[in-house]
Amino acid sequence: MAGDPKSDAALGRRGFLKSAGIMAGTAAASAAGARSTLAADGDAAITELKDWNQYLGFGVDAQGYGVPSSFEEDTIRRWVPWLTASPESSVNFSPLYDLSGFVTPNGLHFERHHGGVAEIDPAEHRLMIHGMVDKELVFTMDDIRRMPSESHFYFTECAANSGMEWRGAQLNSCQFTYGMVSTAQWTGVPLKWLLEYAGIRDGAKWILAEGADAAGMTRTIPIEKARDDVLVAFAQNGEAIRPEQGYPLRLVVPGFEGNMSIKWLRRIELGDAPWMTREETSKYTDLLEDGRARMFTWVQEAKSVITTPCPERPVNGPGMYKIQGLAWTGHGRIERVDVSTDGGRNWQTARLHEPVLPKCMTRFEIPWDHRGGDALLVSRAMDETGYVQPTMAELQSVRGVNSIYHNNAMQTWLVNPSGEVENVRLG
Amino acid sequence: MSVSAEARARAGAYLTLTASTVLGLLATTALADEASLPYGRLAVPEEIAAWNTDVRPDGQGLPPGSASAADGEDLFMERCSTCHGEFGEGVDRWPVLMGGFDTLTDDRPEKTVGSYWPYASTVWDYIHRAMPFGEAQSLSNDEVYAAALYVLYLNDIVELDAVYDQDSFAAIEMPNKDGFFMPDPRPDTPMDEPCMSDCKVPTEIVGKARILDVTPDQEGEGSLD
Repeated sequence: MAGDPKSDAALGRRGFLKSAGIMAGTAAASAAGARSTLAADGDAAITELKDWNQYLGFGVDAQGYGVPSSFEEDTIRRWVPWLTASPESSVNFSPLYDLSGFVTPNGLHFERHHGGVAEIDPAEHRLMIHGMVDKELVFTMDDIRRMPSESHFYFTECAANSGMEWRGAQLNSCQFTYGMVSTAQWTGVPLKWLLEYAGIRDGAKWILAEGADAAGMTRTIPIEKARDDVLVAFAQNGEAIRPEQGYPLRLVVPGFEGNMSIKWLRRIELGDAPWMTREETSKYTDLLEDGRARMFTWVQEAKSVITTPCPERPVNGPGMYKIQGLAWTGHGRIERVDVSTDGGRNWQTARLHEPVLPKCMTRFEIPWDHRGGDALLVSRAMDETGYVQPTMAELQSVRGVNSIYHNNAMQTWLVNPSGEVENVRLG
Repeated sequence: MSVSAEARARAGAYLTLTASTVLGLLATTALADEASLPYGRLAVPEEIAAWNTDVRPDGQGLPPGSASAADGEDLFMERCSTCHGEFGEGVDRWPVLMGGFDTLTDDRPEKTVGSYWPYASTVWDYIHRAMPFGEAQSLSNDEVYAAALYVLYLNDIVELDAVYDQDSFAAIEMPNKDGFFMPDPRPDTPMDEPCMSDCKVPTEIVGKARILDVTPDQEGEGSLD
C-alpha cells in the first residue's frame, strides 16, 4: 500500500490535503479497535508513508509558548453551568482520566473563584504583614523573589470535591465527581520564615490571609499551621503561577481544604482570635443531622478514585487492562491503595508509583484481566496515620447527607457488559 | 483596645490598634533605620488603614458609623435585589438571604443569613469587602451598616427603624450563634485493618447517576435541587 515516495513527493499539496482524511480514518480505527481492522497486507500506520515521515514540520520559531498536540484537544477543564449562579463565582474540574503521574499540568489545574480571575500587574502587587508582629511590613514581588525559597509538591483539593454525591450517584463522570483536586510543585517563601522575619508577638494565635481579588477572599488559619508547612508561592510547576491560580502570589496550605490557600495573596494579619469570615462560617462548615455544624474542619482526609476506567474512559470488551487512579491525604503519605473489581467483596493491593510524597497525589495501578460481564470497580486508600478511606454508609452514619464538604467516600464504577462505565451507588 | 484618633482622622478610615501594637510600632520606628531591612519596608499607618478592614465577632474592626435598616431599603432594592430578590428570597441560583428558620434538621435545609450565619460581624465584613457582586468596595461605611441591617431586618433580627452604631451592631446576636462547634472531631469513621477477601459488604446497585440525567453533555439540563 505504500505509495512511491517519489510520486508522493511530487504531490506535496495533495498529500497535505489527504492528511485530513487519514486523521479521520485513524480515529475510526481506534474507536472500533485496532485488532479488527488489520488489513491482509498489514497495518497502514506502518505500511503507508505519512506526511510527517517526509515533509518538514514547524520550526522553533513557530510557538514561543508551546501547547498540547491538537489531537489532545479533548483534554480540558469543564464546568457544570447549572451548579452556580455565574461563571465568575464557580468552579471547573480537572480531567483526571487523561493525566499521568501525579503532577497536574498548569492549564488543567481545577479552578475555583469567588469573584473571577484577578488580573494583577506584579509591579503593582504588594504583600502586607501586620497586626500582632514586631514589625508591620510591606513587600514587593521583587522583595519576595529575593527571599529564601523552597519547592514542594502538594495537592490542592476543594472541600466540596465530590460534594454532589452525598445523597447518591449524581453525576455520571469522573471529571465532575472528583476533578476538584490537582497537584503542582509550588515554589515560594515559607510563611514561617516571613512571620519570623516580621517577629511574632506573644499571644498571636491566628492569621488572616486575604486575596486581592474582587471577592476579597479571607480565611483564618491557626498559627501552628502557619508556622509549619505553609508556603507563600510565586511559582507553579516551574513557571509563574497562572492567573487563575493566584498570580502573582498565593498561599499554599498543604493538606488543608483548598479554599484556605488564598490566591492573589496581598495581606497577612496576626491576631488573638479567629475572624469568622463568610467562608469559614456560612460556607465550608459541615452541617450535621442534628442541625449543628462543625467548623474549622480543615484537613482533607485520605481519598482515592479510579481514573481509568471511568465513565469518560470506557473499556473495549474483555482483555487486559490497567486499573489506575489517584490517592491523596492531608495527613501525610499514602500508605496503601486496595482495588476491588467486585464491589468490595475481594481486594488486591495496587502498586504505587514512586515517589510517594506527603500531602501530594499518589498514582496507583494494577493490571486487570477483564473477563467480560459486569464489574464493580472500587479503590480504597489508607494513609500513614492508619486512616482508612470510608464507605459512604460510614460517612452518612456520622454526618448525615447535608454536610456538602469533605466527602472522601470510596467510589464505585460499574463496568457493564458493553464496556460502558457508570457512576453507581451500592447499598 | 485603644484607638489612635489621630491616625484615624488622617487616614479617614478606622485603624485598629491594640495598645501593644502602638508601642511596637513606636519601638520599631525608633529603631527605624528602614534601609537596614534586607527585605521590604515598614508599612505606614495609611497603608494599614486602607487594607485592614476586616471585622471580628468581638467588634474589632467595625468603623464608626450608624444607620437603620430603613436606611438600607432603597439601597437594597437598587444594588442587591437583582440577585437576592426584593425580600432576600434569591433569584435563580443566587444566594437566599432570608428565612429558612428551623430547617437545619430538615431533609433540605435552607442555610440563610437568618437561619445559619452565626455572627452579624460577618455580614458587615462580607458586604463591605465583596458586595455588590462585581462592584466590590463601592459602598460607604454607613451604606454597609444600612445594607447589613436591612438583611438582618428581612430576617426579623432587627427592627426597621432601630438605629445602630459600631458598638450596638457588634452586640447583635444571631439566631444560630450556638449552632457551630469545634474542634474538628475527625477521624470519625472506622480505622480497623480493612477486610481483604470474602467481605460482607452490600454490593447491590441502589442508584445510578445516568438515571438522574444531570451530567453536562448529556441530554438533561437538570439541577440537584
